[in-house]
Amino acid sequence: MSHESTYVPGTGFERWVDKRLPLVRLGYDSFIDFPTPKNLNYWYTFGGILSIILVWQIVTGIVLAMHYTAHTDYAFQSVEMIMRDVNYGWLLRYAHSNGASMFFIAVYLHIARGLYYGSYKEPREILWGLGVVIFLLMMGTAFMGYVLPWGQMSYWGATVITSLASAVPLIGDPIKTLLWGGFAVDNPTLNRFYALHYLMPFLIAGVVILHIWALHVPGNNNPSGVEVKTKKDTVPFHPYYTVKDGFAIVCFFILFAAFLFYMPNTLGHPDNYIEADPMVTPAHIVPEWYFLPFYAMLRAITFDIGIPFTDIVLINSKLGGVLVMLGSILILFVLPWLDRSKVRSMRYRPVAKLWLILFFLDVCLLGWLGAQLAEQPYILISQLATAYYFAYFLIVLPVLAITETPKALPRSISESVTADKAGMRKRKTPVGMTAGGSHPAPAE
Amino acid sequence: MTLKRTLAALGAVLPLALAGGASAAEGKIKELKEPSWTWEGIFGRYDQQQLQRGYQVYREVCSSCHSMKLVAFRHLAEDGGPFYLEECPVELGLPSTTDCSDPAANPIVKALAADYQIEAGVDDSGDPLIRPGLPADYLPSPYANRQQAMLANGGAYPPDMSLLVKSRVKGRNYIYSLITGYEEPPAILDVPPGQYYNPYYPGDTASMVREEYLDEEGHILHEYELPPGGAFKMAPPLQDGIVTYEDGSPETVDQYARDVVSFLQWSSEPKLEQRKEMGGFVMLYLFAFAGIVYASYRQIWRNVEH
Ligand code: HEC
Ligand code: HEM
Repeated sequence: MSHESTYVPGTGFERWVDKRLPLVRLGYDSFIDFPTPKNLNYWYTFGGILSIILVWQIVTGIVLAMHYTAHTDYAFQSVEMIMRDVNYGWLLRYAHSNGASMFFIAVYLHIARGLYYGSYKEPREILWGLGVVIFLLMMGTAFMGYVLPWGQMSYWGATVITSLASAVPLIGDPIKTLLWGGFAVDNPTLNRFYALHYLMPFLIAGVVILHIWALHVPGNNNPSGVEVKTKKDTVPFHPYYTVKDGFAIVCFFILFAAFLFYMPNTLGHPDNYIEADPMVTPAHIVPEWYFLPFYAMLRAITFDIGIPFTDIVLINSKLGGVLVMLGSILILFVLPWLDRSKVRSMRYRPVAKLWLILFFLDVCLLGWLGAQLAEQPYILISQLATAYYFAYFLIVLPVLAITETPKALPRSISESVTADKAGMRKRKTPVGMTAGGSHPAPAE
Repeated sequence: MTLKRTLAALGAVLPLALAGGASAAEGKIKELKEPSWTWEGIFGRYDQQQLQRGYQVYREVCSSCHSMKLVAFRHLAEDGGPFYLEECPVELGLPSTTDCSDPAANPIVKALAADYQIEAGVDDSGDPLIRPGLPADYLPSPYANRQQAMLANGGAYPPDMSLLVKSRVKGRNYIYSLITGYEEPPAILDVPPGQYYNPYYPGDTASMVREEYLDEEGHILHEYELPPGGAFKMAPPLQDGIVTYEDGSPETVDQYARDVVSFLQWSSEPKLEQRKEMGGFVMLYLFAFAGIVYASYRQIWRNVEH
C-alpha cells in the first residue's frame, strides 16, 4: 500500500500473527487508517454500495441454487416452487432478481461519477480498466442468470444474443454451436449457463479485490480532481467514510426495499412468467432494462458497410451491430488515452462538462430507444444517438483537450473546500445584498 | 453537481420520461378499464370473501378449459389464501387437537379436494391408483395434454391460469377488461366463425376488414378507422347469473369478473400479504436506522471542513 503502515499490534497474539501473516495489518491499513480525501461527496459512496450488493447477490444466489433445478423440463417449475413453497423463497428470489437491477443502477452511477470527475486519468488507468472488466463480467453474469428461470424472455433473449456470435466471420457458427452445446438453445445451453452463472460472481469478486488494490496505490480521486498534497487534505477512512458510506448504503437499501416489497415485478418483463416455448416467438423481444442502451446501438446498424460504388460488402449490418455494441464498452478501456486534458474534474472544464451531460442524456435516450420497436423514426434516432455516443469519446474529448481553457484549479483539496464553502455562503445571500454579484469572484 | 441536487432534478424529470416511455407496443387496443382492487397500494390486502367467490367462478366456469397447474389445494388454505382458517369453526365439532391453520388439516380444503378423483400413480399391486383428492394434490387440469385442449377449443390453447395476471402487461386490468368487454364486431369487420371480437384483445383487426371497405392496395378506406383489439377463440365465458353466490353478492358479469381476477391475482402472487407486511417492518427499520446513521455522520464530521 502506498502509505506508511500505522498498525500497532495490541496484544502478544496479534504480534505473533503479524509476523507470520500480516492480514490484520492489511485490513487496518486499507479500511481503518487509509488516508482518504476529506471532500468526497455522495457520488463516491457507490463503490461501497456495489461491494455490498455483490455479497448480497452471492449469498441469495447460493441459497437459490439449493432449490433450483437446471433442466429445461423443471427450471420454470422449480423457480415457481421457490416462490410458493420454499420458506421465504419469494423473498429470496425477488431479492436476487431485483438485486441484479440495483447492481446495475449502482454501477451506472459509479461509472458516471468516474466520467465526471476524470477518475480514469493518470495514474488510475488500471483501476479504471479493471472497473470495465467488472462491468463486462457483470453483464455476462446477469445475462446468463436471466436465462435460468426459463421463461419466454429467458429463452428468446438467449436465442437472439447467442445468435449474434454467428456474425463473426468464419468461426462465428462454431462459436454459436459451442455456446449452445447443440444446434439450438436447449438443455445443454441452460446447464452451461448455470455453471457459468455460478462461477462468474466469484471472478467478479477476484477482480474487485484487484480494483481496490489499484485504488489504494494512488488513493482516491476526489471531486476537485486535485491530488492529495498534505495530511490536512485527508481524513482516516474509519470512522469518517465508514459512517458516510454506511448512511448511503442504508438509503440505497430503502430504494431497494421499495422495489423488493412493493413493486418486485416492475423492472421485469411479464413474458418471463410464461414458460419457455420454442414454438411461440414473443411479439416483442426486449432485454432487461440495464441492457437497453447497448441493445439500441446493436439495432441501430441496419446498413451494410462496403466499398463505395461496388457491391462488395465488408461488414454486413449484423456484424456491424455487434462491433458497435462491443465497441461501445471496449472504448472505455482506451478512454484514458483519448482524453488528454490534464484537468480531471469537470468542475473546472466548463465546455467538456456540457458535452458530458449531453452524453449522459444520450445514454438515457438510447435506453428508451432500446425498448421501442425496430421501425422509423426510432432507427434514425438510434443511429444519431449512437453516433454521438462514439463522437463523445473519439472527437469531443480529444479536441477539447486541446481547445478548451479550463478554469483555474485550486492549489489543494483544502483550498477547494474553502472556496466551495465561500461560494455556498454567497449563493445563500439574497441577490440585492451582494455587491456586483455578476462579476467573477476574485481569486481566493 | 452534488448527488442530492441531481436526485432532486431527476425527481422532477423522471415522471415525464416514464410517461413518454409507456408508448403502446402491441397492436392498438381499447384503453383498459381500471377498477380499484383491494390489494393495490402499500397497505392493500386480499379480501378473503372475494377470493372464495373468485375460486368458485374459476372452478365452475374457467376450469372447464383453463388449467392451474402450479396451485395445490393446500395452497388455498395457506395464510393469505381463500380458505385459510385461523381456528377451526366451532360448528364443525372437530376434535380440539385439530389445527385448522395447517393447510393439510383445513376441513374446507379437504372437502374441496375430495370432490375430485385423482390419478395418483400405481397401487401396491401395480395397477393405476385412482383415489379421492387430498390437500397435497395439485388442481386437476381439464385436459390430458395440450393437443387435446387445442382440439376442443378450435385450435387455440387456453393458457394455464396460475401466473396469468403476472404474465400480461397490467394483467389485472387487462383480464378484467377482456372478460367484461366483449362487443358486437363493428360492421366493417368480418370475424371468422369460431372467433370472437374483443376490443381489448391484442390481436390484429386489419386482416378482418371486409373487402368493400378496402381500396385497391388493400388499405382501409380513409373515411373508416381500424377498430381496436382483435378476435380470438374464447367465447364470452361469463353471463349474469351463471354462478350462484351464497353470500348475497350480486350475480353479475362485472362482479364475477372482479372476483375471478382477484383470485387469479392471488394465484399469481400468493405471498403478496406476507410481502407487504414484511415490507412495512423493513421500511420502518431502515428509516429509523438511516436517521441514526445520519446523526452519527453529523457528529463524526462536525469538526471537519468538507
Ligand atoms: C370454453 C372454454 C373456455 C372457458 C370456459 C374459459 N376460457 Fe379463457 N380461453 C379459452 C381459450 C381457447 C383461450 C385462448 C384463445 C386464443 O388464444 O385464441 C382463452 C384465453 C383466455 C385468456 C387469455 C387472453 C390472452 O391474452 O392470451 C384469458 C385472460 C382468459 N381466457 C380468461 C378466462 C377466464 C377469466 C375464464 C373464466 C371466467 C375463462 N377464460 C373461461 C377458453 C376458455
Ligand atoms: C454478480 C452477481 C449476480 C448477478 C448480477 C446475478 C443476476 C441474476 C439474474 C438477473 C437472474 C434472473 C432473475 C430472475 O428473473 O429470476 C439470476 C438468477 C439466478 N441466479 Fe444469479 N446473479 C448473481 C450472482 C449469483 C450467484 C453467486 C449465484 C449462486 C451461486 C446465483 C444463482 C442464481 C440462480 C440459482 C438463479 C435462478 C433463480 C431465479 O431465477 O430466481 N446468482 N441471477
